[in-house]
Formats: sequence, structure tokens, C-alpha cells
Amino acid sequence: MPQELSYLKETASQTAGPYVHIGLAPGAAGFDIYKRELGWDIAGPNAKGERIRIEGLVTDGMGSPIKDVLLEAWQANADGIYAHPEHPGEVEKGFRGWGRVITDFETGEWGFDTVKPGPVMGRHGAMMAPHINLWIVARGINIGLNTRLYFSDEAEANAADPVLNLIEWERRRGTLIAHRDQQGDVPLYRFDIKLQGEDETVFFDI
Amino acid sequence: MRTQGEFYQRDRTRQPPGLTRDYKTSVSRSPQYALISLQNSASEITGPVFGHDDIDPIDNDLLLNYAQPGQSPIGERIILHGRVLDENGRPVRGTLVEAWQANAGGRYRHKKDTYLAPIDPNFGGCGRTLTDDEGYYYFRTVKPGAYPWRNWVNNWRPAHIHMSLFGTGFAQRLITQCYFEGDPLIAKCPIVNTIPDDEAIEQLIARLDLNATIPLDTIAYKFDIVLRGRRSTLFENRLEGN
Ligand SMILES: [Fe+3]
Repeated sequence: MPQELSYLKETASQTAGPYVHIGLAPGAAGFDIYKRELGWDIAGPNAKGERIRIEGLVTDGMGSPIKDVLLEAWQANADGIYAHPEHPGEVEKGFRGWGRVITDFETGEWGFDTVKPGPVMGRHGAMMAPHINLWIVARGINIGLNTRLYFSDEAEANAADPVLNLIEWERRRGTLIAHRDQQGDVPLYRFDIKLQGEDETVFFDI
Repeated sequence: MRTQGEFYQRDRTRQPPGLTRDYKTSVSRSPQYALISLQNSASEITGPVFGHDDIDPIDNDLLLNYAQPGQSPIGERIILHGRVLDENGRPVRGTLVEAWQANAGGRYRHKKDTYLAPIDPNFGGCGRTLTDDEGYYYFRTVKPGAYPWRNWVNNWRPAHIHMSLFGTGFAQRLITQCYFEGDPLIAKCPIVNTIPDDEAIEQLIARLDLNATIPLDTIAYKFDIVLRGRRSTLFENRLEGN
């Protein structure tokens, strides 16, 4: 018998279920319990860069909005730096780069305010186009889905992005592009996520 | 000093797939295309950092954090405790652990829960804490009740506590559920059975821990959680220098 390896195994995922809000956003479940809920302010007051808003809908295989979905966003600041001790560089005071996004229970529409991230250094020194990492959980999702949101006004950087270029089917790359709408004071990007069906969003095994 | 590298790839043979027909809601909410495999970059290796400023010390005490002064929720008083480790067996320090659950009657304090069991006026049903330097966490709460749900006509969820974990990188993000030793509903649950590996299911069952009970006061269950481990060298995706 060969020697045994002493690694542990990752705990299995289970669906977040319909009542995920109780744990992660109790205000949305209908009660006030914590001094401060986490993840409602992604960029903080001091972040440099362009203030933007992102809105969207997550739909299922029937094209119906998923009204009990919860998303988390993880992004770099305008300089392409993540607020994390292993990422060299400084972020502005109060910039966390992480947010929790819940939907309107009636319509399934969600949205969040942040700053547009800068390009981030990727593997082998290849620059990644500005992007926001998203993680999606809900009833019926057995293990959180990872995707990325890129920006329609970054066509040149997107064309050179090492992650978008990994997606063999060029047509599917478009599912990761948020579309900029220039009305109003704050630029608005639309990013609809399709879990299944025609133009299904690309999800990653990270 | 050992540098920390990429996360080990997720063992998808132990994790539930997206499509699990016996859990009906997954049928229309699971991607049909294969996931695109992505090697870690800074976007996956980094993740949000939380500190003691973010939470209150009482947040991990569900017996007190929503109760009226001098009152307490109804139900079996339990301590749920354990360690958050990575696949290398190292403690995950200072990481945020969030938990939520039904009350002792199986009812959630949620505007969308309409089960006929009563709301407990002294129970909110959520808690959060940071692991200590050994990766240790604990919650004090009541044991949740089983509850019925619409899947097949007569499905009952085993008693469970939902748990959310961060680790140090966004690639470690995990939501799971903790079950309790000896519950006959575990083996019959279509959500439990989304997991294709029996050992992985057993890893989700907290064990009665008499050594950690407080005699004449609170019974204890032990629940360790394992997040993805990391390689010990950084290979090509160096975060510094480039
Ligand atoms: Fe539940």
C-alpha cells in the first residue's frame, strides 16, 4: 500500500435556498438585527475613478426573472488594485471592492453603485480588461456560479483580455459585456444574466 | 516563509452538479453549457477582508441577539462550534462565518416564509462571527426544526443551519448547510442528495460533542468546515513584480 496523502477535502456546497437574505441581508428578509449589514457600499466615499451604476436581471431557462437571487461583486479599484493584503498597491481608505446585491422581490431587478475598476494584471503579465467578478446564489443553484462582467466601452481591452479569449465560442463572449447607456448623470450599465437557454451567460470554474 | 499560490482545483466529483432532477428548482436554474475552466489570477486569489469593526461580539449568539431583555427563544439550546480549515489542514484565520436557520418549530423569520409554525418573538435566526487564530468559531443558538417544502408532495428538510464562508480568496467562497447526527430525514432529502459522494454528505453532518456541552445548560455539536487549499509556491501567476 502506498502512503496516504493527508489532504482534507473541500466541504460540499448546498443551495443558499429561498431564505438566504436572513443570513446575508436580514433587512431584505424583513427585520433589523445587526448594527451594520455588510456589502452595501462597495467603493466607499474616497474612491477615485468614474462613479457608475450597474443594473440587471437574472433569468432562468424559461426566461423568467429569478426574484430570490443574491449576487456578490468583487472588483479592483480604478488603479486595478484589489483591497487585499496579497495584492501589491494601495486602495483608497474605505474601498473594499466587495458588495452584496439583492433583487426587488416583485420584479427580480437588481442594481448597485460603484466605481469603474481599472485593468488588472493577469497571468504571465497579460493585462486583463476592467471587470467585476460576480458570484450568484439562489434556491435551485446547488453551487454558487462564478462569472465576470466586462464593459462595452472597453472594446480594445476586451479584445485582448486573456479570459474572454479563453472562450472558444466568440459569440458567447458577448454574454459577459455590460452595455453602457449614456443617459442621466451617472453612467448606467445593463448586465442581464441568463442561467440557461439561448445566449446562456458564460460561467467559470475558477 | 512559504508563499501561497493558486487554489487547488475544485473536486467537481464531490460537489453537487448544477442539474439535479430530484431537486426540481435546479432544472431551470442550472447552466446547460459546461463551465469554462479558469486558472487563478489576482481576481480569484484575492477576496474581501473583514475585521472586528464589521461585526458586534453578540452577533454569534442567536439566543440573545434578537431576544427581548430577560427572554430567550424556545427550543433545544445548542452550541455549534468547529474549525474552518483549508485542504492542507491549516486554519483559516479571521474569516467571516455567517449562519442562518429556522426556529425550533421550523419557521424562518422571512417575509416569504408562510409555513404555519409560529414565528418566535425572541428569535431572529441569523448570526455571524470571525474565526480566531486557530480557525475556530462558535455560535450559540437553538436547534432548528424540520420543515416541509414544495418539491415532491411530502418533502421535509432535515434540521439544518445554513452557513456562508469566505476564506481568503474569492475562489474559496462557499455556502453550505450543516445537518445533525442521527436525523433520519437527511438520507431522504433531495437537496442533501444533490451531492454525489457519500463521504461528502457525511462531512456535512455535525457530530454530538458531549465534551463541549455545558452541563445543565447547553448541548453541543461539532462542525468543521474545509475550504479549498492552496499550492505553496506561486508558479507563473506572480502577484508581485511581474
Ligand atoms: Fe433552510
